[in-house]
Amino acid sequence: MEKQIINCSSLSSKEINSLLRVPRTSNVALTGILGQRFIGSGMKDIDVEISGTPGNALGAYLDGGKISVKGNAQDAVGDTMNEGNIIIHGSVGDALGYSMRGGKIYVKENSGYRTGVHIKEYADKKPLIVIGGKTGSFLGEYLAGGTIVVLGLGIDGTVAGNFTGTGMHGGVIYLRTDVLPPNLPKQVSVFDAGKDDIFYLESLLSEYFALFNLKPEEILSSHFFVLRPNARNPYKQLYVLN
Amino acid sequence: MPVNFIYPSFEIVRNDTRCTVCGVCVAQCSNGVHRFNDSRSRILSDESQCVNCHRCVATCPERALKIVRSDDCFRDNFNWSQKTIKELYLQAGSGGVLLSSMGNPEEYPTYFDRILLNASQVTNPSIDPLREPMETRVFLGGKPDKIERNPNGSLIINTPVYLPLKIPVMFSAMSYGSISYNAHEALAKASKELGIYYNTGEGGLYKDFYEYGKNTIVQVASGRFGVQTEYFSNAAAIEIKIGQGAKPGIGGHLPGEKVKAAISETRMIPEGTDAISPAPHHDIYSIEDLRQLVFSIKEAVDYKKPVIVKVAAVHNVAAIASGIARSGADIIAIDGYRGGTGAAPTRIRDNVGIPIEPALSSVDMRLREEGIRNRVSLVVAGSVRNSADLVKAIALGADAVYIGTAALLAMGCHLCRSCHSGKCNWGIATQNDKLVSRLHAETAKERLVNLITAWKRELQEMMGGMGINSVEALKGNRLMLRGIGMTEKELEILGIMHAGE
Amino acid sequence: MKKEGEIRILAGCAVAGIISKSGGKINGGEIVKILSVMRDRSNGLGGGFAGYGIYPEYKDYYALHVFYDSRDAKYVFEKLLEESFDIINLSKIPTKKIPEITNEPLIWRYFVYPLPTRLADSQSDEREFVARFVLKTNSEVAGAQIFSSGKNMGVFKAVGYPEDVGRFYLLDEYEGYCFTGHGRYPTNSPGWWGGAHPFALLDYTTVHNGEISSYDTNRQSMEMQGYKCTLKTDTEVITYMVDYLNRKVGLDMSEIAGIFAAPFWKTIEAMPKDRRKVATYLRQTFPSELITGPFSIIVGFTGGVMALNDRLKLRSMIVAEKGDRVYISSEEAAVRMVEPALDSVYSPMGGEAVVIRVNNADAL
Repeated sequence: MEKQIINCSSLSSKEINSLLRVPRTSNVALTGILGQRFIGSGMKDIDVEISGTPGNALGAYLDGGKISVKGNAQDAVGDTMNEGNIIIHGSVGDALGYSMRGGKIYVKENSGYRTGVHIKEYADKKPLIVIGGKTGSFLGEYLAGGTIVVLGLGIDGTVAGNFTGTGMHGGVIYLRTDVLPPNLPKQVSVFDAGKDDIFYLESLLSEYFALFNLKPEEILSSHFFVLRPNARNPYKQLYVLN
Repeated sequence: MPVNFIYPSFEIVRNDTRCTVCGVCVAQCSNGVHRFNDSRSRILSDESQCVNCHRCVATCPERALKIVRSDDCFRDNFNWSQKTIKELYLQAGSGGVLLSSMGNPEEYPTYFDRILLNASQVTNPSIDPLREPMETRVFLGGKPDKIERNPNGSLIINTPVYLPLKIPVMFSAMSYGSISYNAHEALAKASKELGIYYNTGEGGLYKDFYEYGKNTIVQVASGRFGVQTEYFSNAAAIEIKIGQGAKPGIGGHLPGEKVKAAISETRMIPEGTDAISPAPHHDIYSIEDLRQLVFSIKEAVDYKKPVIVKVAAVHNVAAIASGIARSGADIIAIDGYRGGTGAAPTRIRDNVGIPIEPALSSVDMRLREEGIRNRVSLVVAGSVRNSADLVKAIALGADAVYIGTAALLAMGCHLCRSCHSGKCNWGIATQNDKLVSRLHAETAKERLVNLITAWKRELQEMMGGMGINSVEALKGNRLMLRGIGMTEKELEILGIMHAGE
Repeated sequence: MKKEGEIRILAGCAVAGIISKSGGKINGGEIVKILSVMRDRSNGLGGGFAGYGIYPEYKDYYALHVFYDSRDAKYVFEKLLEESFDIINLSKIPTKKIPEITNEPLIWRYFVYPLPTRLADSQSDEREFVARFVLKTNSEVAGAQIFSSGKNMGVFKAVGYPEDVGRFYLLDEYEGYCFTGHGRYPTNSPGWWGGAHPFALLDYTTVHNGEISSYDTNRQSMEMQGYKCTLKTDTEVITYMVDYLNRKVGLDMSEIAGIFAAPFWKTIEAMPKDRRKVATYLRQTFPSELITGPFSIIVGFTGGVMALNDRLKLRSMIVAEKGDRVYISSEEAAVRMVEPALDSVYSPMGGEAVVIRVNNADAL
């Protein structure tokens, strides 16, 4: 099907979203995007390609479909996402995928602080975030479920920042690096990835590798750390009944 | 026929269906309240000796005992209360000055209980202390006047002497003599484990505790007991005691009977002699004399340890503090009128001095007005009862607090206020070996560590609620406080607004 | 209703800055454009800009920008000004009447220099002299506020959206080597132009996004040093702290960043020995200047800017470069509006100061 091209340089966020809500059977390319927010919020059946720099909250509450960005995105991408794919051919800002409960977010380069906070999984919904480069502090804070993978491609040294996994009580984080991030909290257990983990990653990441034309063998033959929560309920503050 | 003017304040209620006549209460009470009858079939209790220390209640295996306030009463009289009349009878019967222990128990306003804390919402996020860094570390001591650089531009570390604390709480001065060896051992060990300090009080430092020197503040009071070079060399800081909250303006007196071997050795006075701390230091009659004493100590320790000056909170405490800040002290400790003591004249304890909250505020504001707040750290006491008091004290301008009564309570004290008798059933305020052995130093240390650890967690929770993750940003942060039920004047003195503003 | 300064008004916002490393000319219209993209971050209740290098003909004189509530206030102020300063030039700041900007006060500009005899009497240097005059005026002269007081730089601010404020002040008629800008989102209606950002004292300007929980601790410390926090805003106290730490204490911008956003003790303990000693020293010596709470600030000064985020990086900020230009902004899209193709874009870490200086600062 022909891609419909819409120039958005004089359109507001509200106007762009109205256009996207009209049911389509073809896919859409939005050009001239510069800072408009909330694009694709709460939508289901869209297939959008964005040129430019979308504003905050891209694909918030996304419930299906696909959004891809040819370049960088800003903060709060995929906030409380339920289903669907978001693909960024560049870097993203802070608070990526906050409270995600389904779907996939693929970032080619880096992500900022507080990536993947409080992601949850339920029944067959298993959200996934893959970062190609590195990420900032507070990765996977309060993680309750789902999977986060940071590949550190082209990065020397550690690929995540301080307070990685703080508050983690579910889910799993894979870091492709030899250097653990500093100050990992006591509630996070660290393992070296074994053959089973690599096997699992191979299928989990196959879509990502294809999207960004990467060679799986090289990447999967490096060392990965696996971060899991330490116990079921590790955050008991010592309380005394009064 | 003798006339009993003083009827006992307490009655002992024994549940006879529970009492198994095991005799634990007889053995435990050091005041001789309980005794077997002749046939050992019952236990009789003489309530005239009871001080309500709860030792028998706490040790009875059947929970058969309780102590109640005697409901024998005089005719109701708002002006001449029961207590007032009894005290008069005591004096008429003896000619003596009324003597009491522990802090002022009278019904005066407690400002801490009328101050409310802020929490952040929306515009400033609160922080979860279990998962994010929440720092409680403080440093006590003055700040350098200006920065200095090496020729290559790098900063010279010209910080004056200081005490690092992991939490802004320390154990207040309680002398060995007023409290027992085991109590001191518990305080010393707890300070080391917690990364804070305890204070020897004016009784000197017993040699067994030298190993805890790094966590010890030694006190130089007017009697200068035990003050020699080893005292200084085994301490982290030296505190000059000018006064204390419970008895501003008067000195201390440890009766000769309490001056047993170890105390005699520590205080360096003969056994059995009275240990008298005169009211003023008899070599400090003016502020420049204080400066001289401060520097004499600094010279003696080669400027390597901070010097603290402790005063009672009185009417012109702000001016006094200003003088002390200019006399070379590194830290000023202020003790409010609720401060505890082993023994003090009742009238002085209950009527002299002012509360610590307005004292702290006025000192903090005065030092800032004069531009000298950074020369000293402020430590307050009298009485800090819980972590909320701690937070409020810091927000009113304190760098840290001293706790005395709270620490004793943690070790088992039941605030019966009979310390001056020397018969403390809990082994704390006594030198009687049999009684002292009831206080297990390890257990008491655990309880102290528990208390401070719990307070630290609560401090972090409250700070987190305010959106503050390092305690230095709480110091003097009066906008985090609001008063409730206070007059304009009270709000003005504390420097805070009323709830709703 | 209480006026700003009588009560504390909380705000959230957008910040941006552009600086030319070679000292080249930037048109004021560009900073306005960047802020217009971030309109959603403001609510029209405050906008403002600072420009550096905009008064080359008067570069040796202090450019005082003043708001007046009334002609009387102007009269009183000008009398005081004459007593202490040589007034080289005075005029209304040129503005354009637009419907979006209303209730404007009188807005005047004076190029001045301290009178030599008065300066000698004061026993201080000229910057201290000017700073004291500004602080005194703002706390004692009713109805007058000096909102800019540096050499060869100026602040332009009002109640309104930044793009409207920019048009009002004809900002595209100014050129300089550096501009910073701000759009405000207060949670109260201030009605007072002075509360908008940037806040300025001498040539230090601050634009700020966030709310600091350490405000009162910072304020008390600054008031002890002689500053008067008349507006009770975060930006005011931050600017005073920069002036105090840089001009009076003698610390440089990255040392100041190490105090404002001091690293956590755990981080300090992991540092190599020399860095650890300095970090501990700064934190221990200036504890009341620590800023807690989310913040993102851009501090301007003669010859450079410093951008800094709080240690947990709770506010967003990007730094982008293109040729000799460096752009700082709360949002990347805003920068791309004026510069679509950037050489590099990155996000500074929490607590990491980004200090950009113009190469030949002395020639400015």
